[in-house]
Amino acid sequence: MSDTLIKGLYREGEKIADTKAPLDVPISQSWEERKFKAALVNPANRRKLRVIIVGTGLAGGAAAASLGEMGYNVEVFFYQDSARRAHSIAAQGGINAAKNYRNDNDSVYRLFYDTVKGGDYRARETNVYRLAEVSANIIDQCVAQGVPFAREYGGLLDNRSFGGVQVSRTFYARGQTGQQLLIGAYQALERQVAAGTVTEHPRHEMVEIIVSDGRARGIVSRDMATGKLETHVADAVVLATGGYGNVFFLSTNAMGCNATAIWRAHRKGAYFGNPCFTQIHPTCIPQHGDQQSKLTLMSESLRNDGRIWVPKKAEDCEKDPREIPEEDRDYYLERIYPSFGNLVPRDIASRQAKNMCDEGRGVGPKIDGVARGVYLDFAEAIGRMGKDAVSAKYGNLFDMYERITGDNPYEVPMRIYPAVHYTMGGLWVDYDLESNVPGLYVAGEANFSDHGANRLGASALMQGLSDGYFVLPNTINDYLAHCFNLPKLDESSPDVVEALQSAQARVDRLMAVNGSRSVDSFHKELGHIMWEYCGMERTEEGLKKAIGMIRELRKEYWQNVRVPGKSIGELNQSLEKAGRVADFMELGELMCIDALHREESCGGHFRAESQTPEGEALRHDDKFLYVAAWEWAGEDQPPVLHKEDLIYNNIELKQRSYK
Amino acid sequence: MNLTLKIWRQSGPEDRGAMHEYQVKGISEESSFLEMLDVLNEELFARGEEPIAFDSDCREGICGQCGIVINGIAHGPEVTTTCQLHMRTFHDGDTITIEPWRAEAFPVIKDLVVNRSALDRIIQAGGYISVNTGAAPDAHATPVPKQDADRAFEAAACIGCGACVAACPNASAMLFTSAKVTHLQLLPQGKPENYKRVVNMLNQMDEEGFGSCTNIGECAAVCPKQIPLDVISTLNRQLGKAALKGV
Repeated sequence: MSDTLIKGLYREGEKIADTKAPLDVPISQSWEERKFKAALVNPANRRKLRVIIVGTGLAGGAAAASLGEMGYNVEVFFYQDSARRAHSIAAQGGINAAKNYRNDNDSVYRLFYDTVKGGDYRARETNVYRLAEVSANIIDQCVAQGVPFAREYGGLLDNRSFGGVQVSRTFYARGQTGQQLLIGAYQALERQVAAGTVTEHPRHEMVEIIVSDGRARGIVSRDMATGKLETHVADAVVLATGGYGNVFFLSTNAMGCNATAIWRAHRKGAYFGNPCFTQIHPTCIPQHGDQQSKLTLMSESLRNDGRIWVPKKAEDCEKDPREIPEEDRDYYLERIYPSFGNLVPRDIASRQAKNMCDEGRGVGPKIDGVARGVYLDFAEAIGRMGKDAVSAKYGNLFDMYERITGDNPYEVPMRIYPAVHYTMGGLWVDYDLESNVPGLYVAGEANFSDHGANRLGASALMQGLSDGYFVLPNTINDYLAHCFNLPKLDESSPDVVEALQSAQARVDRLMAVNGSRSVDSFHKELGHIMWEYCGMERTEEGLKKAIGMIRELRKEYWQNVRVPGKSIGELNQSLEKAGRVADFMELGELMCIDALHREESCGGHFRAESQTPEGEALRHDDKFLYVAAWEWAGEDQPPVLHKEDLIYNNIELKQRSYK
Repeated sequence: MNLTLKIWRQSGPEDRGAMHEYQVKGISEESSFLEMLDVLNEELFARGEEPIAFDSDCREGICGQCGIVINGIAHGPEVTTTCQLHMRTFHDGDTITIEPWRAEAFPVIKDLVVNRSALDRIIQAGGYISVNTGAAPDAHATPVPKQDADRAFEAAACIGCGACVAACPNASAMLFTSAKVTHLQLLPQGKPENYKRVVNMLNQMDEEGFGSCTNIGECAAVCPKQIPLDVISTLNRQLGKAALKGV
């Protein structure tokens, strides 16, 4: 490790690499090769091995169901009251798969290519190739489970196209694809519960990880209904706890989404990959005011038929949009990016919407003096296809929009604005989805692996299910096969006791502050700092300022927060939030440090100092072609940056252009 | 908007619980019902009182975690989830009564939060298709008529919130159970297990302490996903066939 403190904030450690992906075979054979080389566990021995899974979204639910089905002893933990509530359920648009059912030249290679490119060349080639490769199996699996995908009259599956691609490879179930896929995984999971291979722990949050002899060996959970801390020991731990977008307070994430599980693991040694990579989604319902608790996304499939525009003249912005004639409308995406038009990738659509509003051409209510909204107009689609056809395609989204805003989108154009949606950073994992802590696996949005700087639409659902149904069941064996000789841990083992005590100390410390501010007030303040300085557009100066502000806020938190109620004996939602916000404060600082060190614009993160003459994002492959994997160096210690070089053997690096 | 709220408070499963009255001021019409409760909770905090516990997660109407009886109606006066109910539905000066789901099979955990794990156990009794990972045939191998897929989707849209149970005078989970049975029985993949599924799920429903269905229809009237009442007759037909087959 270098002794020099870089920018006064971090140190640089040794380089790291993924050692599990076979690189001596063509990429199309890497996964087969890895599966063949991975050690196996005899079916009779599997029931002797215990795996803990945290989270029951697409990745966790699918992994728990699959590992249970294989015969492992699975314990699954989730903070909601039922496994079916995980936030994957809210994904609307669809799931990609290289089926080429449309005969439009789709292929595994093309899906791979599009995803790496859409990720602005900051994802690992081998992982993304595998994702594309198993995508077709995912659809087969889900159909067999009874997922009611959209079909055509002939009985075959329907497809649609999604932002950033030119083929129709997205499978969907109206605007509720995530719900239907999650219900499929949930049902498979409940089947295993009935079979006795999986035990569920609802209303339990993971508050600490147990590491013994350098290996992940269990977790400390908190029963949210009773406040009781419990220790659970296992042979391996899988974290599938989703993203950390709630660090921004306002995001499209569910209220309970949090970073505690991955942050606790990070503090116990797991590297955090690319923390500043946040996906901003272009089609969310704009903020209504300061009582708002969250933002709602509208499926980006709407961009297939909706046309995005703002008035050409700022003085028209407060007019009824129906009274603004065609020649006074600026269909800015169609104008700037004629070949992709309204279907440009998410980062571009988001940034241009922000530019229009910053120019003073935004529409809708003003928040802090600026109208932050652009029109998504279906008038042309209704004219072309008829209202019924539009309703058949997007009806539930239109209803949802009307419910939230009180406006009827069949009559008046929708208003949309970008919002924080998905986090592409997460715990660093290798090709096996294993973190640098042996026995700690991370799946779905909680890991960083298959994402680049900005994912394309319909690939998050694909990754969750790919990790859960197909990757983990084939890679975790390799670790478990070597677990028989590990020493047995029990409740009284020092590492277990230490983890329990540290979890208890954290609860006690939070309860003891007894200051005067509520947890939510801190969370909102943190969110403002993050959105302002570490959101869609970042500058060196802003990020430095944000780091100072977060440090101050964190200091105040531990002196002035108050958690009402009891820590034991009853449900205490303030205490749940308090623990999570404490972790968000530390994570927020790391996100800013990561953003500060990455002096390039890349997909969704626009570094103002790095842009092309046309104002587009300018990547610096010569300097930043790596994954930034951060090591926790201790309380109030500067974190250590480990770089994993990204190797592109199959795809040529190009500056992205959608013009 | 200024409102008077009458809210059920209960510190835990053993507590008797009682209605309490609160005033809230300055609520925006654009806010959701749960955002209104967030505002109240911040005020309770400022007064040194404990905030009101209520369940919510996605706040987009899809996860099914929220659920409150508002003025005697599960999820309130609009056909939607509690999180998607907006304050523009109410008027300045209104008094609003807020209670948890009431059903023997849903014990109260605290205030407005209840335990709905019984619904998971109904699913465990057969609400799935027995298919292992990794061996599924190509998705196009079995065509499914569009009308069947659409109808299956309609039933599959159930979010498991439990409003049907809360609204039913018998506290029956029949709409929930029928929605799952209908979803799976319409698809060729789900057919082999139809009869066993319907019998096992209904037995589990009884075991959990849910009441019987007497075709009152309150369930479908409050269902935020508008699951049609006729899924219950679909279930009953399956049950009849199961009886004839001696399942």
